[in-house]
Amino acid sequence: MQMIGGMDLTTMSLALSAILFSIGVVGVIVRRNAIILFLCIELMLNAVNLAFVAFSRTAGVDGQIFVFFVMTVAAAEAAVGLALVIAIFRHVESVDMKNFNLLRW
Amino acid sequence: MPVDLSSPADYALVMLPEIVLSAWAMFILLLDVFQKGSRSEPSSSSMPWLTLGGVVLAVIANAWIAGLQETGPAGMIAVDGFRIFVNFVFLLAAGMFVLISTRYIDEENLRLGELYVLILFATVGMMVFAGARDLMVMFIGLELMSLPIYVLTGINRRDRRGAEGALKYFLLGAFSSAFFLFGIALAYGGAGSTNLQEIALAIGVDGIGASTLLVVATALLAVGFGFKVAAVPFHMWTPDAYEGAPAPVTAFMAAGIKAAAFAGFIRVFFTAFPDLYGTWDAIAIWLAIITMASANLIALVQGNVKRMLAYSSIAHAGYLLVALAAASVLGAASFLFYSVTYTLMTMGAFGVMMVVAQRGEERLDLDAYSGLAWRRPLLGVVMTIFLLSLAGFPFTGGFIGKVFILRAAVERGLVLLAVVLVMASLISYFYYLRVAWYMWFREPDERTSDPPALAPGMMVALVFAAVGVVLLGVLPGALLELAERSAAGMLQIPAGLTRFVP
Repeated sequence: MQMIGGMDLTTMSLALSAILFSIGVVGVIVRRNAIILFLCIELMLNAVNLAFVAFSRTAGVDGQIFVFFVMTVAAAEAAVGLALVIAIFRHVESVDMKNFNLLRW
Repeated sequence: MPVDLSSPADYALVMLPEIVLSAWAMFILLLDVFQKGSRSEPSSSSMPWLTLGGVVLAVIANAWIAGLQETGPAGMIAVDGFRIFVNFVFLLAAGMFVLISTRYIDEENLRLGELYVLILFATVGMMVFAGARDLMVMFIGLELMSLPIYVLTGINRRDRRGAEGALKYFLLGAFSSAFFLFGIALAYGGAGSTNLQEIALAIGVDGIGASTLLVVATALLAVGFGFKVAAVPFHMWTPDAYEGAPAPVTAFMAAGIKAAAFAGFIRVFFTAFPDLYGTWDAIAIWLAIITMASANLIALVQGNVKRMLAYSSIAHAGYLLVALAAASVLGAASFLFYSVTYTLMTMGAFGVMMVVAQRGEERLDLDAYSGLAWRRPLLGVVMTIFLLSLAGFPFTGGFIGKVFILRAAVERGLVLLAVVLVMASLISYFYYLRVAWYMWFREPDERTSDPPALAPGMMVALVFAAVGVVLLGVLPGALLELAERSAAGMLQIPAGLTRFVP
């Protein structure tokens, strides 16, 4: 097993994946721009991809196949999400969440 | 007929309802494109009836797969009573949607073929999500049901509220599916498989029950499901999406998506993590308590009927979480029974709300209901039935469903949850019966205009739902028994897998 800095590669990849995921979560919570929010969600999905690949070292090749599923779904989500951003931009001329105030939270 | 899911060809038999429905959806999508002369032309008026035809075909296919027996190892999709039962519920919701939406769609100039196609695809997604026996297939189902609903929420492009609701729903929905996916990854890492049965096996046999990966995985999956069922700390999108979406879509979301999300929630936690019950029961119990308490209290102060029904649907998620916390055959059976009554009464109540709201959803306030029962007796009577059932009044399906959930909770020893459920229902009487009180005992003011005559489809749907709700309240026996048998089928372990018994 390859060891780098006292940790094996799987643990390190998982740690990186958890960090990236957390950055995504924090981004979704603190940012107010719809596009940035969307990018943070993409970051979360890709952090999960990294976890899948890391686990596939021990759990079998399935994990690498799941990554393709996730990428496909993320692409479909991007198509729908950006279309919705455009739809609201036509009404409000803004992508800032604080301007979307017709509905109370 | 025996099927062996180790051979790919047999998947075509097992997934017949999903295949029929997706093929039909693609067929009407093409038909719509070729029928229209130009892009701006409204779709043919036969579209709703074609959609209904597809739903009927899927119902037949779904009844047919009840005769299949699984022989091989556990496949990626379940062949059990639970899946067949919930499939019928989703198809019921899709059928009701078509019936209640015809007039609304004409009035709002939404005669778009893709609207029906998206409803059918969302139904397929729900069926895949609730029937999957593999977390990855479940994820595909989750996205397949969510993406069409995001689009449907904002399908009225002239309406700013629709666009706003759709964007908020999309962002929070995608956020939650990322949590769900991370949960899948950790479960895969912890158990070495995404198959629900194999995860259960790994937890039991290897004695890795307390493995941190799997415990964190249950928590993340619960967050993902919590968003989809609209349980309270994760409910922020619900009132906005429900209010912004066109009313028939809201009805479909409130009934279908919720039933599907719960079916998946129950299947995953009952079949993959039964041995971890001691770690996830606290999540289910606290979600249930917070959801029931806060949703009912917020619903009390809503003057907008559409928003009130949105909070009512969150409150019902709380009741169903009690069934989840019970984690028994009885709990799953009570969910199944409740999902049928809930679909009927919620879609019925939204149907009446659409009629009263009139063109452009102008009248969503309580005053619009003043004296409705005397001006339009049919609407008044069916709405009263739906409201009483939502509140859980005796002799309605809602009452029997709640009693059944209470029984499951008490049998599990969750007395606190049972008490909270009863108290929450008592609070809910107030806001449901307030609408009924306006209908029967308030004089209409000068602003109140009579709603137009009912469209035939709406009439059929409302009468059908009202009769169904009353029948389930008076003669629940047959459906209760079917629900119990179906729930027991889900927990049966297919041949070829031996399960560790704690």
